[in-house]
Amino acid sequence: MGAETGQRLLWVVLIGLLLMTQLLGERGDWFIAYPEGWVVPLTPILNGAMDWFIQWTGWFFRGLSDTLAVPVSGVQQFLQWLPWPVVMVLTAAASWAAAGWKLALFSTLALLYMVVVGYWPESMNSLSLVILSVPLAVAVGFVFGVWGFRSGRAEKIIMPMLDMLQTIPAFAYLLPILLLFGFGPVVGLIASILFAFPPMVRNTMLGLRRVSAEVIESGLMSGATPRQLFWQVRIPSASHQLLLGANQTTMAAVSMVIIASIIGGTADIGWEVLLRIRKAQFGESILAGIVIALLAMVIDRITYGFAGEDDRESAAEEGFLRRHRYLVIGAGAAVLAFLLSNVVPAFREWPRDWVIYPADAMNQWLENFILNWSDVIGALKTVAFYYIMLPVRVGLVDTISPYSWGFEFTQPMRLGYAALVMALGAWAWFRGRVRLALAILFMGVLLYFGLTKLSWLVLVAMASALGFQLGGRKLATGTLLALLSLVLVGVWPQAMLSVYLCGIAVIISFIVGGLIGITASEVPMVSRVVRPINDTLQTMPLFVILIPFVMLFKIGEFSALLAVVAYAIVPSIRYTEHGLRNLPADVIEASTSMGCTRWQLLTQVKLPLALPVIMLGLNQTIMYAIAMLVIAALVGTNGLGQQVYIGLGDGDFGVGIIAGIGMAIIAMVADRFTQGWNAKRQAAYS
Amino acid sequence: MEKPIKLSCRNVWKVYGDSPDRFFDQGAGTVPDPDAHAGGIRESGHIVACGDVSFDVHVGEIFVIMGLSGSGKSTVVRCLSRLVEPTAGEVLLDGEDLLKKNAAELIDIRRHKMGMVFQSFGLLPHLNVIDNIAFPLKLQGLGVAERRQRAQRVIDLVGLTGREKSYPRQLSGGQQQRVGIARSLAVEPDIWFLDEPFSALDPLIRREMQNEFLSIQNQLHKSIVFITHDFLEALRIADRMMIMKDGQIVQMGTPAELIVSPADDYVADFTNDVPVTRVLTARSVVRATDESDRGEGLPEVDEKCCIEDLLPVLAEAPGVRVRAEDGTSLGIATAENVIRALARESTADGR
Repeated sequence: MGAETGQRLLWVVLIGLLLMTQLLGERGDWFIAYPEGWVVPLTPILNGAMDWFIQWTGWFFRGLSDTLAVPVSGVQQFLQWLPWPVVMVLTAAASWAAAGWKLALFSTLALLYMVVVGYWPESMNSLSLVILSVPLAVAVGFVFGVWGFRSGRAEKIIMPMLDMLQTIPAFAYLLPILLLFGFGPVVGLIASILFAFPPMVRNTMLGLRRVSAEVIESGLMSGATPRQLFWQVRIPSASHQLLLGANQTTMAAVSMVIIASIIGGTADIGWEVLLRIRKAQFGESILAGIVIALLAMVIDRITYGFAGEDDRESAAEEGFLRRHRYLVIGAGAAVLAFLLSNVVPAFREWPRDWVIYPADAMNQWLENFILNWSDVIGALKTVAFYYIMLPVRVGLVDTISPYSWGFEFTQPMRLGYAALVMALGAWAWFRGRVRLALAILFMGVLLYFGLTKLSWLVLVAMASALGFQLGGRKLATGTLLALLSLVLVGVWPQAMLSVYLCGIAVIISFIVGGLIGITASEVPMVSRVVRPINDTLQTMPLFVILIPFVMLFKIGEFSALLAVVAYAIVPSIRYTEHGLRNLPADVIEASTSMGCTRWQLLTQVKLPLALPVIMLGLNQTIMYAIAMLVIAALVGTNGLGQQVYIGLGDGDFGVGIIAGIGMAIIAMVADRFTQGWNAKRQAAYS
Repeated sequence: MEKPIKLSCRNVWKVYGDSPDRFFDQGAGTVPDPDAHAGGIRESGHIVACGDVSFDVHVGEIFVIMGLSGSGKSTVVRCLSRLVEPTAGEVLLDGEDLLKKNAAELIDIRRHKMGMVFQSFGLLPHLNVIDNIAFPLKLQGLGVAERRQRAQRVIDLVGLTGREKSYPRQLSGGQQQRVGIARSLAVEPDIWFLDEPFSALDPLIRREMQNEFLSIQNQLHKSIVFITHDFLEALRIADRMMIMKDGQIVQMGTPAELIVSPADDYVADFTNDVPVTRVLTARSVVRATDESDRGEGLPEVDEKCCIEDLLPVLAEAPGVRVRAEDGTSLGIATAENVIRALARESTADGR
């Protein structure tokens, strides 16, 4: 009890302090806005270090780049040379083997689309990078995974490294690689290997660890040598998890290959999309975006099919032909297709006249649509702007001003506002909801002054205090150091802007996604509809998600927000539904037999029980939002995302990498906070 | 008279903790007062998973280790095969100390002399039945044809003929354990460890598997260490058994000895539930007779025949002649003898 009273007191003091600094301090005071003169000049230092590094090791990386360029261009040329029906037949055979005829049909149609629309060469260029990077990423991930599995010390090094690699925004990867390896497709290759190998490490360690003790013992008792035990017992027993890792790695590689095309000069499908988005060509970008989405879906379904397929082997091993029937049929059909393509010219190269490219028609349609519905779209935008973006923005970014509210904020109004906040807070306090009361007070101060105008000093102190409550001394120190480093290098204002956009997106995603998840868990119909949409959104490379929003709402923060929400809402829906559906059956039965109505069952039994899983969803939603934030910077946001993008555009290593690591810091702090909260909650129940 | 000893476990200790070795002088498990020693080890914050465990397994014998979960019985059986490295003591297989073998020798012994069956089967999910069973042979480097042929023999033995191509997940629990049993027998081991092999199975299947296990043993005459937490199961199959508690042996003997004279309340708690008629054998009710009264014309029963099976015989005849295993006559048992023995039991138990 004593500790709790102490903590409450601390918060009252902190909020009071915040109010005091705002009321008494001037805008220029050092404790409100960190003075520019005090900023540690890390950017030039980093740039200098990078220049020095390149000077001394540049030859090595250039050499590596040239070496890697050989297989890259080799595979590219091979895929370009290969007639499209051959690729199509092989893909269809792989799909059939992985998941049956439905996927084979889907893959065939998807590839046919690429051919007919005329994006075949671009698609093959992207595919060739994926084909090269996936085996390399899987191999690297496997080696690290085995190493981490074998040695506890290695694991302690590897795990934080993975956290870092997975939270640094994708764009920030490109920058050092670009500087080291120079322009060209090799950058995409390296970046996608670096970006894609962590999931393989995690899954390898998890899979090897999960092999049951009895299986290992049975191997030992069968007289396995250590080598035999590893290769013939452990690895095969973990194969399902390993394949799942390979699937995740493949998807990460696909997404990074697309993102990497932002540096240009690759003539692949990602570049095409980016180009069209920048030119605001709706039809073209949609047509090209669909290619990316289809490519990602086909690759995902095939690799996932191989990972998930369980009874595949149960077909008895009678003879070579039966065992390898997909291979035989696929190879036979491929040879046939190749021979045919020598006879039929259209099979070798799709004739230009046959290309169906309805971009103009689509643009026309969109124009008409926007023209006809301009009232609705405009109203939508205005409503969202004035009732969502602006109030939050006003609160978080800028103080209430006549400019944004259209009237002067007079003294009586101020007093009224203060009285209202105090009254609400007091009401909550005396009803025993102390935390709510504190939150109300804090929000009252925050909304009045604006997040970026609040004293960095008190905010950092508050975050550290929160860290202490959630995760003890260690988390408090970590938070303090992490946030102070943001302040010291001078990106605090941008970081707060990112937190602002990210925060709204997370709140919207969590509330809307949670509601959808709850509905889906109660109504099977909804679940059936939502699931494929989620699957699609999750496999879709991040670029593509931007397209529809940009087309309707033009470039700007609102489009960015919607795109972030569209991506970040997926884990909220998924985890909520999953958590609500997978509860212990006996508790549900016990509650039902006590006479719970459906509503009571949901609100008083299911939701509290599912809360840990739902909170895991919130954690993932935050991570997704931060990842998408950087991509969304392409269509106009402020904050760290934009900084990363600027750094990339100017080839300014320091600016880009500081902003990138800044985002990683925000992501990690948010991650540890939600995890700490969850751990505390679970500890309280067990 | 006694059969030769196959496996001998001498003063084996397994201690978990920071520095378990310091309690023993060069790995010797013989200490003057084991109970006090174990107490001392526990007080220092270490865990005694098994303490001063000694027993012998004779050739062709089924030796059962019984205990509740956490009693250390699984640790003991793993010490015997060095899946768990004992802290102190000796494990003699055919007179040679297993704990002195190096890694290569140990692998060789496991490949040729030992077989083990696990509670949750420990099958390899990616191999079908025949390849799972042939797996130990594959590790030895045998060719496909030979290992398939040898695997097929044990498949027929455990009654899995026809399921060779199935995968473990396609089989029921009972069938999976048949695979586990077949695999452990594929190398034709001398000593056979079974770690709660039937505990994960339904009662009816368990009964059926116990019968089949006994009939396999009748054909193969392996030396067996069998772990169970089910006292009735121990009774059904044990030649001799021991009961463990907190890592130490509470009592060792034949099932009948344990029931007739339990060492303490802990053992008595188990035996209380056992119907006396199932435990008392003809031997324990026999009346020693002089040479003149040989009970000519009376039906003959084996000394191991339990009272339950004896009763219908006695209903038809005035008495039975009890024959020892070597064929000599032990004497005569009448209905009166049986009633006296039962009465003695029920007053002893206070039931």
